[in-house]
Parts: sequence; C-alpha cells; structure tokens
Amino acid sequence: MAGGDVTRPRLELADVEAAYGDLRAVLGVSLSIDAGEIVALLGPNGAGKSTLLRTVAGLLRPRAGTIRWDGEDLTRVDAHRIVERGIALVPEGRRLFGGMTVTENLELGAFAPRGRVARAASLDRVFALFPVLAERRRQRVAALSGGQQQMVAVGRALMANPRLLMLDEPSLGIAPQLVQAILEVLLTINATGVGILLVEQNVQAALGLAHRGYVLETGRIVAQGTGAELLRDPHVRRAYLGPLAVRA
Amino acid sequence: MSVLAQQLVLGLLIGGLYGLAAAGLSLVFGVLKVLNVAHGELIMLGGYGAFWLVALLGLDAFASLALVIPGALLLGVVLYAALFGFVVRADEETRVKNSLLIGFGLALALQALAVRLWTADERSVPTPYGGGVFTVAGLAIPAVRLLSLVLAFALILALELLLTRWRWGQAIRATAEDWEAALLAGIDVRRAYLLAFALGTALAGAAGTLVTVAYSVSPSIGLEWTLKALIVVVLAGLGSVLGTFVGGLVLGVAEAASAAAFGGPYREVVGLVIFVVVLLVRPRGLFGR
Repeated sequence: MAGGDVTRPRLELADVEAAYGDLRAVLGVSLSIDAGEIVALLGPNGAGKSTLLRTVAGLLRPRAGTIRWDGEDLTRVDAHRIVERGIALVPEGRRLFGGMTVTENLELGAFAPRGRVARAASLDRVFALFPVLAERRRQRVAALSGGQQQMVAVGRALMANPRLLMLDEPSLGIAPQLVQAILEVLLTINATGVGILLVEQNVQAALGLAHRGYVLETGRIVAQGTGAELLRDPHVRRAYLGPLAVRA
Repeated sequence: MSVLAQQLVLGLLIGGLYGLAAAGLSLVFGVLKVLNVAHGELIMLGGYGAFWLVALLGLDAFASLALVIPGALLLGVVLYAALFGFVVRADEETRVKNSLLIGFGLALALQALAVRLWTADERSVPTPYGGGVFTVAGLAIPAVRLLSLVLAFALILALELLLTRWRWGQAIRATAEDWEAALLAGIDVRRAYLLAFALGTALAGAAGTLVTVAYSVSPSIGLEWTLKALIVVVLAGLGSVLGTFVGGLVLGVAEAASAAAFGGPYREVVGLVIFVVVLLVRPRGLFGR
C-alpha cells in the first residue's frame, strides 16, 4: 500500500462547522492528524462525531471553516474525489452492498484510479489481514456475521489505498472477541504508514490504541491530549469510563 | 384447448416486450429513485425512429436497432442533462414530486411532437418476412413476433452482462443499493445516474423498435406502455434484470389467459389486479431484493 509515500500528508481542520439537517451540529472544531498518527475521537452520542467524519469525507459540505489535507483545501471537493486523494471512511453501520459478494464489495472499494492501480496487491493484503474473508469471498455479504461484515467494510476502505483511514464506530454491534481483533488490525494497518482517525464508544480500547485523542461534546472539542493523558483526565474518566474506572 | 394454447403463445410473445420495456423503467427507478412516467413515450419515440429508418433509408426493420439504440442513448444523455439531472440533486421526497411533474410534462410534449411529425395514425413497418408463420404442434407462431422476443431476450442478457461485468455497470448497481456508500468507494454517482438513465432510454428505444416491427406504433401508445412496464416492475421487484424479463412474460401470459377466460375486455384488468395483489402480498416483488 502507501508505505513508500514521499509526501507526509497531514489533515488539518480549522473552525469547521457542519450539520446534518438541523441536528448533530459541529460547532467550530479544529483538530489535526499527522501522517501515520492514530487519533481517537471520543464523545457521547449526538456530539457530532459522525457528522465530523462525514464532513471530512465530503458527504457533507462544511458550513464554515476549512479542511486542509496535504496542503490542499478539501472544503469544496466532491466525496468521490476525496477518496482519490487518499482519505477513506468506514461509515457507521458498515453500509455494504448487501446484494453483492465479498469480492465485489472489495473490488468496488478500488474503483477510483488510486485504488485501481494497486488492486491486486490490496486484495491480497485484505485477505492476509482477514483470512476469513478469503474463505467467504464468493458469499453475499448479507449472509456474513456482523463482525465479518465489519471486516469487509474495513477491507473495502483499504482497497482505496488510503493514506488516512477514518472509522466510525467499528465495534458497534459485533462480538467482543472480534472487536479486539479488528482494533489490532488497525495497528497493523497503521504500521504501514496509514493514518487513522477512529470514532469509538469503547473509550478504554480506543485510547489504548491511539497516539492522541480529542473529546467532542455538543459539537465542540472539550479535551485533547495523548491517550495516556486522556485516560488520567478526571472528566474523561467520569464521563466515559464509568465510576469503576476511577479506582483503577 | 388449442385456442387457449394459441392465445397463451401470443401472450408469451408480447410478454417479452413487456419485460424489455420494464427493464429500462426498473433500471432508472432503481438507480435514480425517479419514476420516469414518460418511459412509454420514449418507447413510442423509439418506434418512430425505426419507422423513419425503414421508410426513409430503406433499412431492414430489425437492423434499424443498430441505429435506434445509439440514438436513444444519446437522447438519454440529453434528457438527463436538460431535465433529470436537476431532479436527482433534491432529497428523495422532493425528487419523487419533481420527477412526476417533469415526466408528465415530457410525456405530453413528446406526444404532441409525435402527432406533429407523424400524424395520429397508427403506423407499422413492413418486413420482407412479415407474413411468415411457423407452425409448431398446431400452434401458429408469427415469425416477426418470435424474432422480436428473441432479440428482446438478447438485449436483456446484454444488459445483465453490462451490469455485472462492466466496471461502471457494477458502479451503477452499487449506486442503486446505497449511493452514499458508492461515493465512499470513490464512485462518481452523478455519472452512474447519467449512465443508468441513458441505458434506460436506450432500452426504451429498443423496445419501441420491436413493438413497431411486431405490432404497430401511434403517438398515444406511451401511457399504455408506461403502465405495462410499471406493473412488471412491481410484479418482478427491483434489482434483477432477468427477473424483470420473466415478470414481463408472466404478465403477457396472464393477460392472454384472462382474455381467453373472461373475454377480450378483461385483458387489461388482470395487470391491475396483479399490481394490487403483489403490493398487498409481496411488496418487494417476485424477485426483488
């Protein structure tokens, strides 16, 4: 994949405002992700995490602020062209093409030229990361378990040959032992130089994985720091780790 | 008994054209979420296209398909750019309302244009083999209608291949399933919409040609064909090209059977009964996903 990239792309959001309809607004968020970094985005339901990821992916236009990637302003770039720039989103709820096979879903992930040139190698790589998908490549994704579907969703995004992978709640609705497996795969992916922006309800796991994190509440960043710093932060512990964690 | 069998055979023959007519409507509806009520008028235009090519250029009736299909593709691109491209920018609720207005407007305009260009008379195209009839087991099978059915099936197979093997065909199917996920996969969904609409128009043009060769065409056939196609789309469900063709055959046979059982006037009723029953019992259709 993109391990040999010469440029070191950096994602920078400055005062981004966005809304999905009237709800779940993002009210002036600034954050950055350096090349190859894993960043966790935490916060309660409705804080605007998904809206923020959808805005970066180009599914929503920001109402104000700028999104810069690798020196380029992405604010007015169409979603399918953002994929071509090397930013891929694994959306909430997976959003697979249920009537198609595992292979068809993965190949569609490599639709843009950036993914297409590396298609064969990417497919091998996805099957190496998720061997169970190789066994089920001819099955329709609707017949797979939730965890396997999530693997297809991550695999489809990897097929675009991204330099930044964004994931929206990858552990939602899948078996606990698979959650750990998928999070570990993210480390493997990151080791090849791919940056990761992770929205995750499992705060402990996400911060254990991430280099840095941001906490988003009602559309604003209320805390940020390294994973260890946030895990020690009293507000974060109270709000996201529950009373039991305070003793730990 | 043999009268009934004969009726059923004729029903099967026209059913293939119902299937072809419905395939285009189904494609456009499935991908753009736009019900093109002018689909029948596009079929009518395709019929007159063939009529002109035969009358003015002296082409063979079936060979005129080779020009009608690319012409209809081009017309589809123009109609999408001029009219339907604006509709798909709206959210889905507004999209339905706007597309109905645009569709009815387009249908009326095309009908008026057809009366102007070709008069309101019913037209047909002669073929050298036009009167040919095969007899199989005592059943008469008109050669042009059989050839029309075979060509309709060939076009359906070609569409199925395009949608499964061609890169952009897969993109069209992905867009039909989930356009946001298609965008996230790097697919330019606007282009997928355009291609689907152009393909749908090309299918309408081809269906019109076959209808005109095997039966006849007049400026007012549009509504009837839109209705037949809509009934087949509801019967077969979205998402299966071959299923849509089978749905067309089923409607053709069902019409013939009801005409034989209850008399000619009831031919049109059975389709509407099917429409209501399918919506009540199995809303996603026989083959729908």
